[in-house]
Amino acid sequence: MSRVIGLKCRECGAEYPAVIQNTCYECFGPLEVNYDWDYIADHTSKEKIAAGPKSIWRYADLLPVESGKRVDLGAGFNTLHRAERLGAALGLDELYILDESVNPTNSFKDRVTSVALSKALEFNVKAVGCASTGNLAAAVGAHAAKAGLPAYIFIPGTIELGKIVQMLIYGPRVIAVEGTYDDANRLASEVADSHPDWAFVNINIRPYYTEGSKTLAYETAEQLGWQTPDHIVAPLASGALLCAIARGYRELERIGLVDKAEVKFSGSQPLNCSPIATAVQNNSEVVPVRNFETVAHSLAIGNPADGYYAKKAILDSGGYAASPTDGEIIEAIHLLARTEGIFTEPAGGTTVAGLKKLVESGHIQPDERIVVYVTGNGLKAQDTLLKSLQRPPVIKPMLSEFERLIEPRLDIHRQEVAPLART
Amino acid sequence: MVKIRFSSALSNVTHARETTLDIGDTTVKAVLDKLVEQYGADFERRILDKGEVRRFVNLYVNGEDIRHLNGLNSAVKGTDEISILPAVSGG
Repeated sequence: MSRVIGLKCRECGAEYPAVIQNTCYECFGPLEVNYDWDYIADHTSKEKIAAGPKSIWRYADLLPVESGKRVDLGAGFNTLHRAERLGAALGLDELYILDESVNPTNSFKDRVTSVALSKALEFNVKAVGCASTGNLAAAVGAHAAKAGLPAYIFIPGTIELGKIVQMLIYGPRVIAVEGTYDDANRLASEVADSHPDWAFVNINIRPYYTEGSKTLAYETAEQLGWQTPDHIVAPLASGALLCAIARGYRELERIGLVDKAEVKFSGSQPLNCSPIATAVQNNSEVVPVRNFETVAHSLAIGNPADGYYAKKAILDSGGYAASPTDGEIIEAIHLLARTEGIFTEPAGGTTVAGLKKLVESGHIQPDERIVVYVTGNGLKAQDTLLKSLQRPPVIKPMLSEFERLIEPRLDIHRQEVAPLART
Repeated sequence: MVKIRFSSALSNVTHARETTLDIGDTTVKAVLDKLVEQYGADFERRILDKGEVRRFVNLYVNGEDIRHLNGLNSAVKGTDEISILPAVSGG
């Protein structure tokens, strides 16, 4: 008896043992982990979780890693901030932000990678790998170093050196491919196919990898005192993240850790690359996008394999999807930083900009309890943000120069103080 | 010779990771028809649904997704390489 029964096809239901496999042999559909929920309900509790480690591994009973082997840099257990100032700016009564910018390699990818590499150790693989343009590469590089496993990371060849500093430092083999991310990913999947004892986290062990994102839902519920939000907003790239969050809330209800999970799932995707959001808005098929240019590079997936499922999860829950412009995305990064002191990259800006649009369009109500998932750190996108920031003027080191610089603001303060002084 | 590489997910039908066809300049549809003749109805069922490529199947000609070319009518030259892979995305 164990918590993992095996793998199951999301499309046709065909079942397989829990091995290195991500594709159904009957219909080519994606596989997902098939759990024994009765076993899980009998073997976990709020108390057991509370006594667990301060990381995603406090939820180990709901994750597909069954040996004690873990590759753990401390991903997860992040703060669910009550966002009062951002809430006030947007006219919202109860807004929270789960800040993923503070993970070990500064994005939520540390959660999925920790699960994937722990499972890879269980499979006794010879190497690990992925295709990425940034966040996943850094997470895999770091966790592979921690595990002492060779890593192969496939990236598009045009990526700027500054963006790959974080992945290079951990010492993986980085393979720069002539072409786009989709070309790098396709090559990586062909390499995975020819090396059955290598675990490619977003390819051949994808069913286990995606489970790490469910911990965002678990953590939110636990920090809300085992309550659920009314509405969540997450960024959309492949659609896998939003689907995993939805699954996480359903599972908590299933095993009785929350009473009822009636959560609305809304997503946000950049206007310039918006296959899932467009499908939600028009209630139409997800149509792949071929040519796109957006500041939100980490969301730029033209052909999202989980798009169909993400659209369904959104519409079935009563949620919606927004598609902010690049300008709105950058503005939202500034707004979040200025109101809450959280510095996010364009994917996080897309989410906050999406929240703003969904409030303005009436798809999110002001009295809902809302949670927004801010998935990565702005330090990774400094080049993009420089254009929207002003270099401060350089003054002589004299008090008078300082006062001349800020004088327009001082006038306002003098007017406020003077009436009090007279009384 | 047109070279066709198969995903390992097709191994139980093709019993091979790749094959070649002496077919000259043609289309993807014609190549698939020949493969169906060779590997049978199980192969067809995995790749096609009512004559269209299934949602989770990606077909590439020299690394280009046929959805960005001309679909099943995409041109195939006699020396081209075709890959049949499951759809995977996201990193």
